[in-house]
Amino acid sequence: MPYSLCFLLFMLGLYCAVVKKNMVKIVIGIMVMEYAVNLFLIMLGYRTGGTAPIIDKGQLEAGTGQFISSSVDPLPQALVLTAIVISLGSLALLISICIRVYDKYGTFDITQIRRLKG
Amino acid sequence: MKGMTIIVKTISSWVKMLIFLFGIYIILFGHLTPGGGFAGGVILASSYILLMLSFGREFVEENLPLPLASKLDCLGAFLFAMIAILGLVFGGTFFVNFLYQKYLPGQPLELISAGTIPLSNIAIGLKVGASLFLVILTLSICCKDFKPNTPSDGKE
Amino acid sequence: MAIFYILLLFMIIGAIIAIETSNLLSSVICIGAIGFGASIMFLFLRAPDIAITQIVVEVLGLIIMIRATISRDLTFISGDKEFFGTVISVVIIFVIFLAGVQVFETLPDFGTPIFAETPGAASQTYIEEGLQRTGAANIVASVILDYRAYDTLGETTVLFTSIIGATVILRKKAKKLLEEPEL
Repeated sequence: MPYSLCFLLFMLGLYCAVVKKNMVKIVIGIMVMEYAVNLFLIMLGYRTGGTAPIIDKGQLEAGTGQFISSSVDPLPQALVLTAIVISLGSLALLISICIRVYDKYGTFDITQIRRLKG
Repeated sequence: MKGMTIIVKTISSWVKMLIFLFGIYIILFGHLTPGGGFAGGVILASSYILLMLSFGREFVEENLPLPLASKLDCLGAFLFAMIAILGLVFGGTFFVNFLYQKYLPGQPLELISAGTIPLSNIAIGLKVGASLFLVILTLSICCKDFKPNTPSDGKE
Repeated sequence: MAIFYILLLFMIIGAIIAIETSNLLSSVICIGAIGFGASIMFLFLRAPDIAITQIVVEVLGLIIMIRATISRDLTFISGDKEFFGTVISVVIIFVIFLAGVQVFETLPDFGTPIFAETPGAASQTYIEEGLQRTGAANIVASVILDYRAYDTLGETTVLFTSIIGATVILRKKAKKLLEEPEL
C-alpha cells in the first residue's frame, strides 16, 4: 500500500510535466517525479524495526551478529545519495534555460515559442 | 542583488562561521557518522549563499570571485581522480583503498581509519560546494540589470 | 506505520496544490513542503544520510527556483486549453497507474527488504564484511567510496557537466539582448 501511494505521487508529477503549458510548471512536475523516485527506492530497503546501517561503539563491542540481522539495506541509500545531488544540478540547468527563454521571448508559455526556425 | 537590514547583517555575520564549521565537521567525520562529502559540501556552499543574500553580491564577489570558485571546483574533481590513479599506482587496481590495505590501517571508530575514504570525502566536499556556489553566483550576476521586456506577441 | 501514511498523504496534497494553483510563487513553496515531508520520511525509514542531504539540497533548490520566478511575470497563462489532449493524457496515465499497482503485488511486503529474500545479494556482503574490509563504521560511506567508487566518479562528472552547462547558458548578458528580440 505505501508503494501505491508513492507511485501515485509519481503519476501526479508525470501529469504535470505532460499537460501544463507554463515552463516553470513543467520543471515543478519533473521535481515531483524525482522526489517520488527517491522515496520509492528507500522504501524498498526498509526493514520493520530495523536500525540504520551505521556501527557505533556499543554494537562493535557486543559483536556484529545483531547488527547484521537487523540493519536496513545500505545499497539503495548509496544510490539515492548521489541521485539527490544530481537532481540539484539538473534543476540549475533547467532553470537557467527558463530564464534565458523568458529574456528572449518575454513569456513562459510554450505555445508562443514558435520561432525555432529563426 | 542588494543586501538586507542591519539586524539580518549582524546575525548572519555571527552565524556564518558556525555553518561553515558544521559543514567541515560533516565532511571530516563522514566515515563515522551520517553525512559524507555531498551533504557537507552543500552546507559549505550554503554558508556563502547566506552571506550573499544578506550582504549583497558585491561583498562576496570580492572575497571569492568567480574565477577562483571555478578553479576550486576543478581542483576538487582533479583531487578525486588523483586518488583513483594513486590507487592504480600503489595498489594494482584502479580505485583500490590502498591506504587501508597496505600502509595505514588504523583502528575502527577513530578519525584516522578507513584509508582513502576521508580523503575522497574532502575532495568531493570541495567540489560540490564550489560548484553550487558558482551556479548561484552566476544566477545572480546574469539578472542584475533585469528590466521586464515587453511581450513580443502582444497577447496577454 | 501510521506515520508513513500521514506523511505520504501530506506530500500528495502538497503535490496537488503545487500542480493546480495558478500563482507560480505558491507552487514553488509547495515544492518546498513536499521536500521537507520527504526528509522527515527518510528519517523514519532509517536513512539519516539521505535525510541530511535532502534537507540542505531542498533549501538550495528553493533559492534557485525563487530566483527564477520572483521578478518575472507571475500571471498565469490563460487561453484555450486543449480539452481532447488533456483527457487522453489522463486516461493513459490512469491505465499506467493500474498496471503499476498490479506489478507491486509481486514485490515483498513493505517491511521486508529485498535482500532478505534473495540469496547471495550484494547488500548481505556489504553489511557482513564492510567494517572489516574497509574500516569505515558508516556502511553507506564505504559503499559509495570503496565498493562502488565508479558510480561516485560518474556522479562527479555529471554534476561538473551540468554546472558548466548552466554557467555557459547564463553568461553575462551581451549588449544585443537589451534591444528588441530579433524576429
